Amino acid sequence: MSESADRQPPFVLVEGLTKTFDQLVALDHVNLDLKEGEIHALLGENGAGKTTLSNILAGIYRADSGDVMIGGELVHFRSPADAIAGGVGMVHQHFQLVPSMTVAENLMMGWEQSPRVFSMSDLKERSAAIIEEYDLPVDPGARIFDLSVGKQQRVEIVRTLARGAQLLILDEPTAVLTPEETEELFEVLRRLAAGGRTVIFISHKLNEVLSIADRITILRSGKHMATIPGANATVDRLAQLMTGSETPIEAVSQTGPAKAGEAVLTVRDLHALSSRGLPALRGVDLTVRSGEIVGIAGVSGNGQTELAEIIVGIRAGTSGQVLVTTEGTTQPPTPGQIGIGHIPEDRMEHALVGVASTTRNAVTRRYRTAELSTKTRLRWGPIREYAQEVIKDGRVQVREVDAPVAQLSGGNQQRLVATREAKVADEFLLAVHPTFGLDVQATAEVRQTLQDKRNAGAGVLLISEDLDEVLAMSDRLVVMYGGEVLGGFTRGEFDRDRIGLLMGGHREAAGE
Amino acid sequence: MDTLTNVISTAIDAGAVIVFAGMGELLLERTGVLNLGLEGIIAIGAASAVLAAQWASSPFIALGVAILVGAGMGVVFMLTTVVFRANQVLSGLALFLVGTGLAAHLGGPVTGNPSPLTFESVPIPGLAEIPYLGPALFDHDVLVYFGYFIMPFIVWFLLNRTRHGINLRAIGEDPSAADATGVSVMGIRSFYAILGGALAGIGGATLSLAFTPGWTPNVVAGRGWIALAVVIFAMWRPGRLVVGAVLFGALISVSFIAQDRGWNIPGQVLNMLPYLITLALIVVAVLRNLGKRATVAPAALAVPFFREER
Ligand SMILES: Nc1ncnc2c1ncn2[C@@H]1O[C@H](COP(=O)(O)OP(=O)(O)OP(=O)(O)O)[C@@H](O)[C@H]1O
Ligand SMILES: [Mg+2]
Repeated sequence: MSESADRQPPFVLVEGLTKTFDQLVALDHVNLDLKEGEIHALLGENGAGKTTLSNILAGIYRADSGDVMIGGELVHFRSPADAIAGGVGMVHQHFQLVPSMTVAENLMMGWEQSPRVFSMSDLKERSAAIIEEYDLPVDPGARIFDLSVGKQQRVEIVRTLARGAQLLILDEPTAVLTPEETEELFEVLRRLAAGGRTVIFISHKLNEVLSIADRITILRSGKHMATIPGANATVDRLAQLMTGSETPIEAVSQTGPAKAGEAVLTVRDLHALSSRGLPALRGVDLTVRSGEIVGIAGVSGNGQTELAEIIVGIRAGTSGQVLVTTEGTTQPPTPGQIGIGHIPEDRMEHALVGVASTTRNAVTRRYRTAELSTKTRLRWGPIREYAQEVIKDGRVQVREVDAPVAQLSGGNQQRLVATREAKVADEFLLAVHPTFGLDVQATAEVRQTLQDKRNAGAGVLLISEDLDEVLAMSDRLVVMYGGEVLGGFTRGEFDRDRIGLLMGGHREAAGE
Repeated sequence: MDTLTNVISTAIDAGAVIVFAGMGELLLERTGVLNLGLEGIIAIGAASAVLAAQWASSPFIALGVAILVGAGMGVVFMLTTVVFRANQVLSGLALFLVGTGLAAHLGGPVTGNPSPLTFESVPIPGLAEIPYLGPALFDHDVLVYFGYFIMPFIVWFLLNRTRHGINLRAIGEDPSAADATGVSVMGIRSFYAILGGALAGIGGATLSLAFTPGWTPNVVAGRGWIALAVVIFAMWRPGRLVVGAVLFGALISVSFIAQDRGWNIPGQVLNMLPYLITLALIVVAVLRNLGKRATVAPAALAVPFFREER
């Protein structure tokens, strides 16, 4: 940011913003100022109030008290439409796109300036023109569910910009992106800021924040801790402001060589179709033995989702074999099998019942055991105890254990799922993006949990788009591309460049 | 050949109620709201049309009354499901019971009497003279012409060629996404709840002012339920809805004609036919979509929408 920008009056001024949910104070007299043309990062642990603050600016929640001024005027947004009209647009953690509709339709939806009546070509042309204007190429005729996550995000951004957003809020935009996509996004954000737009950027990845933010605001438990220039910040200082503790977070490292035993998961020549009926797996072979972590690297959408779902028995393949070994018996997987844990890609879809309480969600894998229920009744005493144990082990921040689990912040939901599943995974743990949306501390803890499981003799299959995570955690590593498993590396001979090439589909890099 | 002309002609008349009530339901379901109360709204529309016909000077006034009464039922449904977000299935069933009961009560005094006002056939000059086809397609009352020849095009155009149509479909697929982009979820759902009621009211009027003029408590005979099934069969598309309506109309008309001509099929079997086929077609429709996780049904169908939640 230039010197002159420093002296401008703030474009957005937030004063004394407070928001409570029942008794929980999510935001406590928060102050924030944003300058025109700056990229401002919001940092904070899971549940610190970042999403809540953004949602208030974007008209989704209403503050209990406090003022928001934009361009020197007091605003009171009563709906997202209001906020859009006031120049504020938000790209959510969950994209607000209709998957079955086209890019063009998603761009035009709910917008006064889209034509009232149109022909198909008309709609496409207008959309193409808008896409052109912001230089974020994406096919206007494509349906959203055919697009990669990075492209979907572009649609969101284009849509927000086209509606005249001067303040663009991005809630954990990079959590779902590959490193290249992240770089592209950063280019776009820098360009937008240079063009005078203001950006709020939320991320748990401190190095990202350091590389892109002009200034950084840190929230802790709903309170404003500090706002510091990006240039003066260091990872340690940020971590200290976020957690309040001086001790730096130690990186998880491998604890000794793997003592791999018998196979717990065997996949042979597995073929499968995607939900839309297209080939998703083309002959996958894979073995995971007890006491080792096998990592699958790869850009999402190359069959990982289908493979994961088949491994835990919630999807069927078209041919091939999948066998899991629990308690000495080897058989095809059944959903919810004892001894197997599953941290799924989409926690809301496959792990949590949003409207059910945190307590109930904490025991869904265990309530049928004799300690927690008789044949006909639930034993509420032990159930509550067990739930407390999960909550404590996972450091899940929850005010009211009987309130719907959907009210937890994204990261706390993830902590709950990861802990619950790890606890039942005595023999095998399938972890798909296990640290998705977790703050630095919780990420370290979940990775430690995976290590502990391995050391205790469970087999762990780690599927992640985060190459650093896979490299740091795995004893063995393969790459998934186009529905096939490519390459095979053992710890000590991981070759980042070759792995990167394989992820891009360059088979020849598999070598020998 | 004459018989076929006859069957088609009667089928179109018999299917009119399904076209109107089904089209309203189709639009409403496209916004993600399911109204199972059609049967009740049709009944009360049919009864009020006949009652109005006792004093009105024109069948259009009687039709207007049926529209208003149907819309009123739509308002009730809107308040319970869209505004207070009660369970849509239960609210719909309640509406069915209330509507059916109320219609029987209101229609009591005129039960069995022919309606003093009716919609008469208006042959379309020229077209109606085409051999076979003319009498089958172009010799009907104005409601039929509007319902079959005009309304589906309007609805298709609305859904696929207007901004409002995009918003409407978006709500049915993902209300929170629609909301976040500035679409009024409550507003649009409310509007179509009421419009759906009004169209079901017209459906009732086609029965009691045209198809079988007069009021009897069993005049509706499950056609509201069939309309619901036809919406599924039509995969929520207006063009296919019309085809479905004629198909079911044909089944009804075959049983009429069979009775008329004294064909040797038990009446009960004939009467059962439309419902049996409904069942079969629904199963077929469901089976066809089995295995595809992305179904054609609006993704948010029958799910209430709350904003301050995730
Ligand atoms: N709709 C809601 N109802 C009740 N409580 C809520 C609701 N939304 C958020 N909260 C609570 O407010 C607090 C702040 O949540 P918020 O989602 O803003 O956190 P966050 O900083 O975005 O965290 P994360 O990094 O995990 O996404 C949390 O304790 C959360 O449980
Ligand atoms: Mg959040």
